[in-house]
Amino acid sequence: MTTTNGRFGRFGGQYVPETLMTALIELEEAYNEAKKDASFNAELHDYLKDYVGRENPLYHAKSLSKKLGGAQIYLKREDLNHTGAHKINNALGQVLLAKRMGKTKVVAETGAGQHGVATATVCALFDIECVVFMGREDVKRQELNVFRMELLGATVIPVDAGSATLKDACNEALRYWVANVHDTHYILGSALGPHPFPTIVKDFQRVIGDETRRQILEKTGRLPDAIVACVGGGSNAIGMFTPFIEDQAVKLYGVEAAGKGIQSGEHAAAFATSKEGVLHGAYMYILQDDDGMIQEAVSISAGLDYPAVGPEHCHLGDIGRVEYTSATDEEALEGFQLLTKTEGIIPALESSHAISFASKLAQTMSTEEILVICLSGRGDKDVDQVRQVLGGKSND
Amino acid sequence: MTKTLQAVIEQTTTQGNKAFVPYIMAGDGGLEKTKDTILYLQKSGATAIEIGIPFSDPVADGPTIQQAGLRALAQKVSLRKIIAFLTTIKHEVKIPLVIMTYLNPIIQYGIPKFISDIKEANIKGLIIPDMPFEESSIINDVLVPDDDIALIPLISLTSPQTRIEKILHESEGFVYAVTINGITGSGSAFSQDLQHHLKKLKSIAPIPVLAGFGISSHDHAVIVGENIDGVIVGSAIVEALHLNDFATIDAFFPQQTSI
Repeated sequence: MTTTNGRFGRFGGQYVPETLMTALIELEEAYNEAKKDASFNAELHDYLKDYVGRENPLYHAKSLSKKLGGAQIYLKREDLNHTGAHKINNALGQVLLAKRMGKTKVVAETGAGQHGVATATVCALFDIECVVFMGREDVKRQELNVFRMELLGATVIPVDAGSATLKDACNEALRYWVANVHDTHYILGSALGPHPFPTIVKDFQRVIGDETRRQILEKTGRLPDAIVACVGGGSNAIGMFTPFIEDQAVKLYGVEAAGKGIQSGEHAAAFATSKEGVLHGAYMYILQDDDGMIQEAVSISAGLDYPAVGPEHCHLGDIGRVEYTSATDEEALEGFQLLTKTEGIIPALESSHAISFASKLAQTMSTEEILVICLSGRGDKDVDQVRQVLGGKSND
Repeated sequence: MTKTLQAVIEQTTTQGNKAFVPYIMAGDGGLEKTKDTILYLQKSGATAIEIGIPFSDPVADGPTIQQAGLRALAQKVSLRKIIAFLTTIKHEVKIPLVIMTYLNPIIQYGIPKFISDIKEANIKGLIIPDMPFEESSIINDVLVPDDDIALIPLISLTSPQTRIEKILHESEGFVYAVTINGITGSGSAFSQDLQHHLKKLKSIAPIPVLAGFGISSHDHAVIVGENIDGVIVGSAIVEALHLNDFATIDAFFPQQTSI
């Protein structure tokens, strides 16, 4: 049994109903065994290669670098993965784990629908029953992803409770797991939740950072000067950052969603408020009022619309290893258009937050320096929403 | 020293009765109604009352208690206001009150202040559904025996024997046996193993065993309570109170109505 309960400094832990504790302990044991099992790792590697399409490129964005006139910008192309985002890395790892544990059903929550689609995809692949909870608001914002999940054979259940977004979908998924824990595995989609989830998700996502490290050394012979990733719960960021944590010279930046601006109070930037507490099983920075009621996160991007940030990020911010900043909806839309026009790559709105901040950072750097952006997903899913926001007109 | 809450339950069972602990949502219908409800349940013969604190994200609760919590929050009720209110009625309340709250509102309140304020309000027990015993030091380290506040452990059908023994080792007040794998109020689908589980739990528990989650009627309560010390009823009471359906409430107290 665990003695640390998965703490990152004072963050993390296992704040869940007693009914789930046994499942978490079993999951941790099964995961620790799987991690050491060569056949498990080989199977995961094969699927990552031939099914997901890894390794994906680390692309030198010369046009964007030139246009900004600063650092040489490289994009880690998670957008080229099967299903269009980094989410599949974790979903695949966890479904193999669920299979190994003899679970016949999977439950998941989803915000933008990327994690839901990734989970429904691997469940289709392994013929596992799949239930996905999704906030009613997100169901509206991401209709196509709902249909995609249904095509893949998943049951999508809209959640009307609370703000009807990602946090409420998490609540429902946890409730469902409590009631079906004997035969169901919960595939949590971000580096969140009770221990061991933040660690499992990190381990399955660190392939992003491991590849990036190898690729940048091959291409340039040295490590990057800075790395930027967007942070909702923080799974693509933690996966990207982890292999670089010990390299103090590599500056790491996490970009949260500032929505309509931090001052407006309508945002999803938990770091900006510095309020700590417990939600969905972990001690974290959380958007909340003085009475401890969780506040609704606001962002143009459904995937960043979560009122807290994963426990390891809280710790990395606390010790000053990673700098956490934010980008507004407007800035994200600018980043979205910038990358589309200069590189012909349409990024997800989530990733557009990273692009926005990175484009400003790049201009403060020399042309000799190297900046890596984690392009966590592609923007096909967002095109309709962006069209509506921009009123059919794009900026030139 | 035996805590007051435990002593009161043991007094009830020594007299050959089963403990009956209704759960209510503080502030559902306003705090004035909550006062009337507490006094009504006290008069009806409740052994103790569990006072639920509304929370925005109650992951252990089903729709009935979720809705009650939202109604209470719409009344602008908060943990601060509820504790202040409970302090004002403490001389009228003769039975133990137990607060049931998720952890986050306590953290925002400030844990040491929370403990000293609920002691002042004469609260005799505390149930935190999202705090398993591995995490209980956050509260336990602040509690002292003199507070006379029992931190009630929850035990589920999924808890293995070795874990149950560990939990019982440090427990006080009573043991809250969760009777279903599910959230509060989720029907009456009791597992075949439940009686066996409760009997076994009773045989090893050094303190009274009460069962709750999904008990919907008096008959139901009698069956579940057969081999243990009593029951907790939440959703059925909360819904009846919301509808002002006192016949349903009274039906949980047959020994009173037959007198």
